[in-house]
Amino acid sequence: MTEIRNYTLNFGPQHPAAHGVLRLILELDGEVIVRADPHIGLLHRATEKLAETKPFNQSIGYMDRLDYVSMMANEHGYVLAIEKLLGITPPIRAQYIRVMFDEITRVLNHLLWLGATALDIGAMTVFLYCFREREDLFDCYEAVSGARMHATYYRPGGVYRDLPNKMPQYQPSRWHNEKQVDAMNANREGSLLDFIWAFTERFPKCVDEYETLLTDNRIWKQRTVNIGVVPPERAIQLGFTGPMLRGSGVEWDLRKKQPYEVYDQIDFSIPVGVNGDCYDRYLVRVEELRQSNRIIRQCVEWLRANPGPVVINDHKIVPPRRQEMKDDMESLIHHFKLFTEGYSVPAGEAYAAVEAPKGEFGVYLVSDGANKPYRLKVRAPGFSHLAALDEMVRGHMLADAVAILASQDIVFGEIDR
Amino acid sequence: MFDQLQTLIWIIIKITVIVLPLLILVAYVTYAERKVIGYIQVRVGPNRVGLKGLLQPFADLIKLVFKEIVVPSRSNPYLFIIAPILSLVPALIAWAVVPFSDGLVLSNINAGVLFLFAVSSLSVYGVLVAGWASNSKYAMFGALRSAAQTVSYEIAMGFSLVGVLMAAGSMNLSQIVAAQSGGIWQWYFLPLLPLFVVFWISGIAETNRAPFDLVEGESEIVAGFHVEYSGVGFALFFLAEYASMVLISVLLSLFFLGGWLSPFEGIPGIEKLFAWIPGFAWLFIKTAFFLFVYIWIRATFPRYRYDQLMRLGWKVLIPVTLVWIAVLGILIKCHCPPWFAI
Amino acid sequence: MLEHYFPILVFVAMAFAFGIVLVTAGRLSGGRNPDSEKNSPYECGFSPFESARLPFDVRFYLVAILFIIFDLETAFLFPWALAIRTIGWFGFIAMALFLGLLVIGFIYEWKKGALEWE
Repeated sequence: MTEIRNYTLNFGPQHPAAHGVLRLILELDGEVIVRADPHIGLLHRATEKLAETKPFNQSIGYMDRLDYVSMMANEHGYVLAIEKLLGITPPIRAQYIRVMFDEITRVLNHLLWLGATALDIGAMTVFLYCFREREDLFDCYEAVSGARMHATYYRPGGVYRDLPNKMPQYQPSRWHNEKQVDAMNANREGSLLDFIWAFTERFPKCVDEYETLLTDNRIWKQRTVNIGVVPPERAIQLGFTGPMLRGSGVEWDLRKKQPYEVYDQIDFSIPVGVNGDCYDRYLVRVEELRQSNRIIRQCVEWLRANPGPVVINDHKIVPPRRQEMKDDMESLIHHFKLFTEGYSVPAGEAYAAVEAPKGEFGVYLVSDGANKPYRLKVRAPGFSHLAALDEMVRGHMLADAVAILASQDIVFGEIDR
Repeated sequence: MFDQLQTLIWIIIKITVIVLPLLILVAYVTYAERKVIGYIQVRVGPNRVGLKGLLQPFADLIKLVFKEIVVPSRSNPYLFIIAPILSLVPALIAWAVVPFSDGLVLSNINAGVLFLFAVSSLSVYGVLVAGWASNSKYAMFGALRSAAQTVSYEIAMGFSLVGVLMAAGSMNLSQIVAAQSGGIWQWYFLPLLPLFVVFWISGIAETNRAPFDLVEGESEIVAGFHVEYSGVGFALFFLAEYASMVLISVLLSLFFLGGWLSPFEGIPGIEKLFAWIPGFAWLFIKTAFFLFVYIWIRATFPRYRYDQLMRLGWKVLIPVTLVWIAVLGILIKCHCPPWFAI
Repeated sequence: MLEHYFPILVFVAMAFAFGIVLVTAGRLSGGRNPDSEKNSPYECGFSPFESARLPFDVRFYLVAILFIIFDLETAFLFPWALAIRTIGWFGFIAMALFLGLLVIGFIYEWKKGALEWE
């Protein structure tokens, strides 16, 4: 008679619910999980080491690729750290633009999270609804930076350029005739701000739509309520941040507690959960979608009323305008210097953190006075969340592991770096 | 001898006449599923192969036939190959006793319901054998889940069938439909409402469709029992699943929605107006309705967890059927009008 | 009587034939090009730790045992359901008693936690 042993199962990386490249070793007793052992590193790209080999500005693009669903929030953390070392403050308009795009990024991230989580739990329609809205936000990214995902839009001292006055428009093609194109361009006639405004008008109704499908759905609640409960004390001990921490009922948000940029002048509230289960984390994120929408609206209103510079006027750090280069020798030299060796940052170290959609995204930067960082360390929120996976899934069933993993909002770009 | 041969050929022709349209219907159910879910999800669905994508199912079939059948090295090759056939056969032979209209049935046996019940229990073997023969953990999980799930929902289904039998007093499907004649309020979905709902839910669970699709559970056990299957093996499972879907929809129409009976029966004026529609068309419309709901549910609901599924089966559906069988027995014994006056 | 069942037998044979024909067609037209990676069992891209055929949790069996009891019950109910109009109150009450006993058993299982999964 063979004795009954636990099943040891490879879960991922080649698995639809592994959120990229997670490899989980699950030890199962029937369907109940006895132990979960996450293996990381399959997406390691040595971002931190690479940053040591190139001038400061050239690493901004690498930050986009860390947490590749909240691109600009990562840039923000990195840029803030450089600004701290340089001792500069971007113009107020740039700060509003950054806040606005941080929140657009948050909406992007939470929409992907919502869609992916719903898909993991089996509700596949929400996924496509979320992607419909994400499409418009990607167009905003594209309008300011030319890239739909990896924008590289923030710069030490401001942002790369001012918001465009014209949205890019669709052209008739084999797939869409004149009339369809006109309908698609309907809210692209004005500036980018008009486009974003139209989005914020529409978006709360979209969130209602997702909520109709999920929030009161019995099966959804059965699958998420009391699954993966983390008490508030434990959440703090485990180093949770962001919606994971707020879902457990701890009112902690860097935007409120350590306001950066102009968050202290903006009216918004931070939602907190009660039980710390998957359902609360879901509710927190859905409410954050609505709050982000509020913030975006306030920024749009301010930005419409207050034109001004979007980047500081110090050509030791920020390249001069192109026209100036044409007939000004000094500008040309600045430009050449900035794009070859970059700028030097005073020796010292700085830690800057932003409230990224997933939690506290921190950048610890050490400079030895050269034009490259001496050392860059990224604090990825997802890392501590994933570290708690074993504790969260123990005693739950295989299907719950999927729900819990999804509720952690794991993205491997930032965890493996 | 010649006589017998003639009968045999006649039977084979009849079976072909049943199976061919069924297979085409199954093909278009897959197409309809992709189209309907597509529109629900603000997409367009398949629209490249043929006019509006109408040839898509055949393109898929041809592709699958020309795919290599990969037999995993650790599997039991014979069982592995037989399993999809085992799963297809019950889904097909159940149609032998299904009447499509009054008298339009291959084999009008008196134990029709019993036969269906027996055959639908057999369908689990294909899945079980597939999961075991694959010798892969995900497949094993799928097979185990499928066994437990089918077994639990079989009971609820059986009990709701008992209710139908009590009301109709016959196990012959044609007679069950005949017993429902006399207008839309005579159809069994009214007096047997709880059983109708239970049969519907357990029918969805029996066919392993969303929200009870844990046997395949895309995001949990990847594809469950057919994770190792490619090419024709996969196609056969697919075919079996959709054929059982159609079967359950037809049975729901026959048992609870009056089969081929017109919904306007007994309403003066309107009855005449719709008299030209053949019974077959009514059955088709009712079946199509249930198939649509299948797809609609799949696009809407999240997936149950394994224990919740078992709880629903054992703690909700079975008690409901037990209670309603008792109530029904008393109703029949007391000759409660308008349904059980005799 | 039996001639009604003959078509079913033919149907079973044809269904099997249909399946076998399809599988053979796939076998013939699909080609064979095996390699060890392709033929390894799917386990998310890694080699499995152990065989999938391990003794598994007893709860799966428990359901099977419960199923047998209830399936038998259905088998008893089928003829009774057909004859309910002719067997009179005596038959009805006899079945009610039988069902009552089973319900008591069911409640016992429920209370004992045989239907719990956690």
